[in-house]
Amino acid sequence: MSTIALQTSRLCKSFGALTVADNIEFRLEAGARHALIGPNGAGKTTFVNMLTGRIQPSSGSITLGGVDITRAAQGERVKRGLGRTFQINTLFRNLTVLDNVALGIAERVGVSAGMFRPAAAQRVVVDESRALLSSLGLADDADQQLAGLPYGKQRLVEIAIALGLKPKVLLLDEPAAGVPSLESHRIFEVLDGLPKEIAILIIEHDMDLVFRFAQRITVLAQGAVLAEGTPQQIRTDERVRQVYLGEEHG
Amino acid sequence: MATPSIVAITAHAGGYGADARIKWTEWLPWIAAIAVYFFAPSYLPLGSYILILILFALSLDLILGYAGIITLGHTAYFGLGAYVAGILAKFGTADPLIGLVVAAVAAGVFGLITGAIILRTHGLTLLMLTLAITSICYEIANKATDWTGGADGLSGISMNALFGQFKFDMFGNTAYLYSLVLLFVGWWLIRRIIYSPFGASLAGVRENAVRMHAVGAPVYRRLVTVYGISAAIAGVAGAALTHTTQFVGLKVLGFELSGDLLVMLILGGVGRLYGAFIGPLIYLLAQDALAKQYPEYWYFWIGALLVVIVMFAPGGVLGLIDSIRARFRKS
Repeated sequence: MSTIALQTSRLCKSFGALTVADNIEFRLEAGARHALIGPNGAGKTTFVNMLTGRIQPSSGSITLGGVDITRAAQGERVKRGLGRTFQINTLFRNLTVLDNVALGIAERVGVSAGMFRPAAAQRVVVDESRALLSSLGLADDADQQLAGLPYGKQRLVEIAIALGLKPKVLLLDEPAAGVPSLESHRIFEVLDGLPKEIAILIIEHDMDLVFRFAQRITVLAQGAVLAEGTPQQIRTDERVRQVYLGEEHG
Repeated sequence: MATPSIVAITAHAGGYGADARIKWTEWLPWIAAIAVYFFAPSYLPLGSYILILILFALSLDLILGYAGIITLGHTAYFGLGAYVAGILAKFGTADPLIGLVVAAVAAGVFGLITGAIILRTHGLTLLMLTLAITSICYEIANKATDWTGGADGLSGISMNALFGQFKFDMFGNTAYLYSLVLLFVGWWLIRRIIYSPFGASLAGVRENAVRMHAVGAPVYRRLVTVYGISAAIAGVAGAALTHTTQFVGLKVLGFELSGDLLVMLILGGVGRLYGAFIGPLIYLLAQDALAKQYPEYWYFWIGALLVVIVMFAPGGVLGLIDSIRARFRKS
């Protein structure tokens, strides 16, 4: 019997008269590979921002590992195992690649408030950061300033920061957005190689990637769940084809 | 916590890959300061003032250069430290070390309280609130004449000898060494902080607070903590000024000094630790020389210097030196 890693119940968000999330019922099974798709403005990023606590829902509830986190602060959600990447690079541009990853790991390990021992002497953090970067093929870039990295590698650093938090649930917001196709294959390789125990929710417009990666797909349209099912069910769903997929992926 | 574009921070000390050991070049300012004591005794009163302003500038660099907190009101804590030390010396004990501790605690606690209020805001709102706090302090000091002397300043302060041995003499010998030791302790403390994980997380907040939230960092708590530490150090600098001059004027709480301090830091280089050494040195030596040459227009030249620095060397003098070194390395 599978366990539920993340669940929302009747989740709503309104900005005045504009409803951007409308009674969203969503379940993410432990270890699942789940995709969230929908046309621009469907409310996908708003949904992720509610899950991570960046914005508060107007009503409804969110549970993570069975614990209600609807009103929990972002930091508490991260400590409970919720990690994310951003659609637009949200990195520390003037810090080194190593620091980009180490800052998150230091928070997880609980050494980030230390004031007297040098950061470089925190071997647990430094070694884990370098090992993580190495596993993503970024070992040679560790001591470079992040701003000097090609865009594709910066997207990998986005993923590395999230992985450094050792999440149980990972929300990937268009991980390959803006990356030239020559570099995007490396990101897809990394996604394929992510640990199986992490439940992953990926927001993506690249349908080839979605159908290759996801075991289940949820389709959002105008802030509401339009359809949910296996890739085959979604591919053949007439409403989804009308609203989003068109004939190409039918 | 976005830092305004006038303050270019493109390099900083610290981080998980940084070697925290003190490099030989870092001893140069101290060797120079000791040399001044032996070879330029007539400059000791000015030197003492410069050392105190460097300590004050370091406290500002900690919050502006490392945590990205923009402020025009840091004189609130410097001035509070100065007045607490002065009032304590006049109406309580004139022991300088007790004065330092009380001033540090008073300014630090005030920094924590005000920081907890204002650091919930950002950008222009934050800037205005810092200005409001120092303006309120200025007005309180102006009106509480029984304690502060108001516009006439707090005079009649007579400090005890340091450790019962070293009197604050009129030539500035004790004052200079006292300021130098305080600066060294403040520098050592701030250096430890910026090379620590806490310092790295401050740089993270400065660079991208959204991401720091997303990795679970308690951003607000970190900012309030560093604000309190910085305020305590500014308070010590203020107390040192009182102890060495045995007078407190309203100027220590003035907006003008806050602005000057920011100019000094930008001149030297924000977020570079030693920018806080070079900025006040250049500023005060230039002020000293220009005021003799052009008594009415010296501030014009300071302004012109600032314009040149901001336009052509946004990383300050240290940033300029770094880019010249990088160019040489390339060629």
